[in-house]
Amino acid sequence: MKKSAILLSALLCAGFVPPSFADDGISSWLSFFSRKKEIEPVTDASYQKECGSCHFAYQPGWLPEESWRKLLDAKALSDHFGEEAELPEQTRQHILDYAANHAADKSSYKRSKKIMASLTKGEVPTRITEVAYIRRKHHEIPADLIKGDKVKSLSFCDACHTKAAQGAFDADTVVIPGKGKWTW
Amino acid sequence: MKKFQWLICAIFLGLPALGQAGVGEAIAHYNPQNNLSVNAERGDALWHKKNTGEDGKERDCTVCHGDDLKKPGKHIKTGKVIDPMAPSVNKDRYTDLEKVEKWFTRNCKWTYGRECTNQEKVDLLKYLSQF
Repeated sequence: MKKSAILLSALLCAGFVPPSFADDGISSWLSFFSRKKEIEPVTDASYQKECGSCHFAYQPGWLPEESWRKLLDAKALSDHFGEEAELPEQTRQHILDYAANHAADKSSYKRSKKIMASLTKGEVPTRITEVAYIRRKHHEIPADLIKGDKVKSLSFCDACHTKAAQGAFDADTVVIPGKGKWTW
Repeated sequence: MKKFQWLICAIFLGLPALGQAGVGEAIAHYNPQNNLSVNAERGDALWHKKNTGEDGKERDCTVCHGDDLKKPGKHIKTGKVIDPMAPSVNKDRYTDLEKVEKWFTRNCKWTYGRECTNQEKVDLLKYLSQF
């Protein structure tokens, strides 16, 4: 009795507020406890190499599985946002499998869950920068800080997120070129 | 004893070839029957051949790889730094045949709107191997 009272007050002191489980049901409420911080870092060498040889290797947890299936389709890759990004079939299949298995809708990481929560039903985004959650998180940043030569666009995660490759995107790790630390 | 001498001889003859195994192997890979003439000047012309891209702008290999092959290039759209094409400063160039083929496929399509022929590939490789 005494022990549980201490535990309860400790939780309350730590700012712990149990989320409402009225809308999503008990499973979503329970997943609150298993939720991991940030986003799962890329662990597959081939994914890292093939995607990362042209751009920041976005963690699969930024998009749902259906998005990756659309993006990493053989035909789609030959016009990958205007670029020719064809892959040998075996490599493509491997990368697609990895992305699908680590997609946002399969992830227990915080930001993947937020991504999923921000999508409308049936939405299959192909640009991470257009996902509502990502737009919301960046909307306070003046456009000229992003559009300049130093950052170029929101697509260049690691231009400001100094620990992006490790999967850390919290505010403490942000340094905007030409501006410095961003304070919220 | 004689065998031993041959071995030494073979090793010494083989050494210089080892140094440029990358490009040589890649050229041989695209010329398996050894029936293509390999011409650096044609490669040079192709490298600088201007084509109109889907964006309506002129493009050739240098728009991303730059004018000095011993220096890094920069992707025209993504800004990604591209390691130098010159094998003299970038020893890993042309040593991974899968990588060579992957980028030939992508970049020929992007630059010329079609895949390159083996003839074009050996000419390009020969041209690039000189740097």
